[in-house]
Amino acid sequence: MSSDRQLFDYLLRLADNALVLSQRLGEWVGHGPVLEEDIALTNVGLDLLGQARLWYAYAGEVEARFASAGRGEDALAFLRDSGEFRNLLLVERPNGNYADTMARQFYFDQWHRLLLAALAQSRDARIAEIAAKSLKEVAYHLERSTDWIIRLGDGTEESHAKMQAAIDELWMYTGEMFDADETEIALAGERIGCDVRVLAEPWHSAVAGVLAEATLVMPTGTWMQGTKGHGGKQGVHSEELGRMLATMQTLQRSYPGAQW
Amino acid sequence: MVVAATSPAAAWIDAVWKALAAVTDPEIPVISVVELGIVRGVEWRADELIVTVTPTYSGCPATEMIAADIDRALAAIGIAKYRIETRLAPAWTTDWIDPAARGRLARFGITPPGARAPDQVRAIDVSALSRRRAEARVACPRCGSSRTRELSRFGSTPCKAQYRCEDCLEPFDYFKPH
Repeated sequence: MSSDRQLFDYLLRLADNALVLSQRLGEWVGHGPVLEEDIALTNVGLDLLGQARLWYAYAGEVEARFASAGRGEDALAFLRDSGEFRNLLLVERPNGNYADTMARQFYFDQWHRLLLAALAQSRDARIAEIAAKSLKEVAYHLERSTDWIIRLGDGTEESHAKMQAAIDELWMYTGEMFDADETEIALAGERIGCDVRVLAEPWHSAVAGVLAEATLVMPTGTWMQGTKGHGGKQGVHSEELGRMLATMQTLQRSYPGAQW
Repeated sequence: MVVAATSPAAAWIDAVWKALAAVTDPEIPVISVVELGIVRGVEWRADELIVTVTPTYSGCPATEMIAADIDRALAAIGIAKYRIETRLAPAWTTDWIDPAARGRLARFGITPPGARAPDQVRAIDVSALSRRRAEARVACPRCGSSRTRELSRFGSTPCKAQYRCEDCLEPFDYFKPH
């Protein structure tokens, strides 16, 4: 039987993935290669921010069942340190160049879509409705990032080289997406959460199909593929997350309770 | 509009729907929140009136403004006790946009949404690509030409994409099927 603490932890993972990637995309504001891309990246970020808020709201309600009080969305987003964040290492990777940003998005979108499709069938009605809502938005994100993988991969010599480098560089962070720890196995067993191990095969097939169309080579590295329980989902992060949070949280840390 | 405080509860419900029909989308002033399909219900729960609203996109910044506008509309007709509730399921779809409002969207310069593509996740998922290829042509809201090109996957709001007509050369917004 899973506990409310496990459910809270699981909801934080879903929320933190969306929030951290949203913040990364927001860093492109004013720096996009063309105006349309600037708008598109921030709109994808906006969808993810909306999704994060829905997950945090539910997480706060679950927290109130075992703690003296449940935290609100602002406290969860702005007043936790990096060790308390539960996002995947992939989404905290710095933006890099445009190929890096799009490769990160593509790997994540493919996984995110499969995950949300599974969670839309959750026995927990709140998880199911948030997932079903988010799934529609993420399907569109995936179309967009897929387009860019192909456009840059099957593009000029330079864009091809940069996209291949980005795909290779980020590969090691994809393994964590399919590692299920105790929390995930407990919740998946009760059909509340998703057993991410079953997403590995469809994810690999889908990614291989797109990379082939993009004339890119599918990475085969095994480093960090199948490591057990020592990544972002357990609160073990790269130093990059701390820097990102310092920027993201500074206003609430300096002026506690500040509102727009 | 003020409804007499002695009206039966059902008359109030009608009055509320009429008031909501006058609340327009802050970004698309030719369509009301009712026509947009986001008002999912109006009902009494004891002595409190509940208006149930569903968001379009989960991060749409207009959501809070719409709630504030609905709040003002309810206060203006003299409802004493009311609450706006958010409902997520079933998720909003552009299929719920009132057919009568579609023509107004086009005259406003926004091509109304076409049919939605199926949402299934396939085992081997290159569907994102094949779906794009199969997508119907988007007609220009000004000259009607179907020789149009997508300029940007997102437009001035999350619910729209930006297109250009290759005949009249005018840019326009396309309300994305969702």
